[in-house]
Amino acid sequence: MKEAVAGTLESGDIFVRIGPGEGLQIDLQSSVAAQFGRQIKEVIGETLKELGISDAHVSAVDKGALDCTIRARVTAAAVRSSGKDVWKD
Amino acid sequence: MRNSKVLSLEEAIRRSGLKDGMTISFHHHFRGGDKVVNLVVDCLARMGFKDLKLAASSLSDVHSPLIGHIKNGVITGISTSGLRGELADAISHGLMDSPVVFRSHGGRGSAIANGELKIDVAFLGASASDELGNACGVPRSENAKSICGSLGYALPDARYASHVIVLTDDLVPYPNLPAGIRGADVESVVVVDSVGDSSKISAGAIRDSKNPRDILLAKQAAKVVINSGLFVDGFSIQTGTGGASLAVVKYIREEMIARGIKASFALGGITAHMVKLHEEGLIGRLIDVQSFDKVAAQSIASDPSHVEVSAVEYASGQHTGSATHALDIVILSALEVDTDFNVNVLVGSDGVIRGAIGGHQDTAEDSALSIIVCPLLRGRIPCVVPKVTTLITPGKSVDVVVTEYGIAVNPNRPEIAERLKAAGLKLVDIKELADKARSVIGTPDPLPFGDKVVGVVMNRDGSVLDKIYNIRD
Amino acid sequence: MMFVPGNKPGMMADAHIYGPDCIMLDLEDSVTLAEKDAARLLVYNALRSIDYGDTEMVVRINPLNTPYGRKDVEAVVKAGVDVIRMPKTETAEEVVELEAEILKVEKEIGREGETRIMAAIESALGVVNAYAIATASKRMMGIALGAEDYSANLKTNRTPGGAELLLAREQIVVAARAAGIACFDTVYSNLDDMDSFRKEVELVKTLGFDGKSIINPRQIEIVNEVFTPTEKEITKARAVVAAIREAQAMGSGVISLNGKMVDRPVVLRAEHTIALAIAAGVIDKEEEL
Repeated sequence: MKEAVAGTLESGDIFVRIGPGEGLQIDLQSSVAAQFGRQIKEVIGETLKELGISDAHVSAVDKGALDCTIRARVTAAAVRSSGKDVWKD
Repeated sequence: MRNSKVLSLEEAIRRSGLKDGMTISFHHHFRGGDKVVNLVVDCLARMGFKDLKLAASSLSDVHSPLIGHIKNGVITGISTSGLRGELADAISHGLMDSPVVFRSHGGRGSAIANGELKIDVAFLGASASDELGNACGVPRSENAKSICGSLGYALPDARYASHVIVLTDDLVPYPNLPAGIRGADVESVVVVDSVGDSSKISAGAIRDSKNPRDILLAKQAAKVVINSGLFVDGFSIQTGTGGASLAVVKYIREEMIARGIKASFALGGITAHMVKLHEEGLIGRLIDVQSFDKVAAQSIASDPSHVEVSAVEYASGQHTGSATHALDIVILSALEVDTDFNVNVLVGSDGVIRGAIGGHQDTAEDSALSIIVCPLLRGRIPCVVPKVTTLITPGKSVDVVVTEYGIAVNPNRPEIAERLKAAGLKLVDIKELADKARSVIGTPDPLPFGDKVVGVVMNRDGSVLDKIYNIRD
Repeated sequence: MMFVPGNKPGMMADAHIYGPDCIMLDLEDSVTLAEKDAARLLVYNALRSIDYGDTEMVVRINPLNTPYGRKDVEAVVKAGVDVIRMPKTETAEEVVELEAEILKVEKEIGREGETRIMAAIESALGVVNAYAIATASKRMMGIALGAEDYSANLKTNRTPGGAELLLAREQIVVAARAAGIACFDTVYSNLDDMDSFRKEVELVKTLGFDGKSIINPRQIEIVNEVFTPTEKEITKARAVVAAIREAQAMGSGVISLNGKMVDRPVVLRAEHTIALAIAAGVIDKEEEL
């Protein structure tokens, strides 16, 4: 697993950096951390689990992204990191 | 001149009789450009005063130096319409031992007039003053440099404070008349380098918003106004200053021209947009408690039908002659509206204070029709919620809520709902809006409030509406 | 049909609030090569999660002969898109190829035959083959003009009057009508010139187009104003429709209104007017039945 990023810092988006780690470590900066921080971390964790990733260091800067955007950005970062796409070649 | 009241700031303070524990007051007509509060409080700190209560008409980002003065005990109490920036953040996290008292502009005017808010020494910045203290917010000489237009929020202080000190950066020869602040009410005049930065009085961009969501909201709000039954010749109106509110004025203007309808007056914070309609003959009078930009400040200086009113005359709930009682339509914004139509304009969805009551409570209650315009969702922040974080304007005063996902009418205004439906507008139940928000963003976790009261929200009748608790990280 | 870049989650979240009939999420020209993978995932997740209501959802994919096209098809069919917009379509064979690709994914997820196709015609060859393209698949729901590439291909420039597009526009309308499908005009990019935009919308409506592509919500109102029948047109159309019902009730093949026989084209136009008015939301579908 190499370090990879996806997403932007635009409103409604989330910037995700993923790299090697032991266990799953998630650092989150969010404008809505108080109310949605826990849920955002859950979505990040679930998305990685579905991709079979249990060891990674994720740092994310959230700008009010919806869950579907978080899933898309985490998946994109993970795919770029592993080089293994979710779609058929 | 003989009997000149001009003194240095320190001397003026010494002669004022100010003592520890007393109340000092300020106005916020220079908004983010204000220089008076920091200048005066720094001076009071140097002179060794402690335990002062600061009664401002509002405070903003520029007042973060107060944090230091609160920590060192110079300021131990605050009352204001609003708080923003670092100061608001620190207070939300429990900086002060006694809670900040929040009042609406009309509520503050009433409280000063009826003695509930007793001001010992008022420090009032003015664009021009003569040596006897006749002072105003408009330019009166070629040297004028800090222009704010109306001084409406300072007028109750000038009239009712025990001792009034005018600060100005343009001392002009007597008589500086007409003047909102009358020399008879003023004890001393202090000349300073600058009372404020006029470029920062603008409440927002003057150019039309191109944000498609603002335009959508504005068009919907304009349709509500036009079909409310109150859009008739001689109607009166007040709007806020956000992108959507300014755009509403544009669409209403088109319809006024199309139907040949004129407004009798526009009230409140006056913007260049309102001045334009007035100059086109579409609005008879401008009743100005606060000039929101340079154009408005220039207009009030030169146009006799553009008049200055005090906060009491503008919006007091305890003075039946106040202008809000004659107001037909008000368009307001909100941070949150709940399913009982209660509105919060003060505390953010993160529990941190980030706004101001302004004239919200006053205009919503007294006007014939109050319209709240707010996006249902700002990113992941919902504006229509099951229950507001902090109650500022009670739902019984709020008639219509316009969002990008639909328009909701308060069930206690069935006649408004009927008129809007008859005009083909699709109305939704406000609970549907709250549900829609939840379905998009999920259910937020409860905010981590502590048990220390950091703010008390007053109703305009002087009763307590709600309490704000400290927020933990 | 409102174009929304497929890599702008903020815009994708609430594009439907402006009331377009149809939203086209774009994976092609508005997305850089480096972001094709991320945009595809954004569009996939948005289609699965965001409630766009009654808005018809279209995704413009990358051409199948690029490294992205097939993955795009897989992603958007799995996400349940209504329509795939095929860019730069030049021949019927390309449509058949896309159809096979769609079917492959549909079979995998058990959703056979639900995904429809819209072909964008953006070259001289495409215009020449318009009818063949329009009839290449039973999934074909409409054809659309893409004017930027087309005018470049013609070795000319776009002009305010649109003289360079006239043949393409007419050919596309004629092909669509002959095939019994819809046709959509190209985008107008200058957001500061709403008057010229309105003229262009009026022109394409006259030519027979069913709709106009737009790039910003601010353009919706003008398109709706131009395409929505006036009250007078609706009243007239309702009278014709009422006459049809009366004739049907009496078992008569001849429709008459105000003592005059109503020709078949008049009937068809009246029905089209009512359908447009319902689509624009100015009259209620239930009331017309």
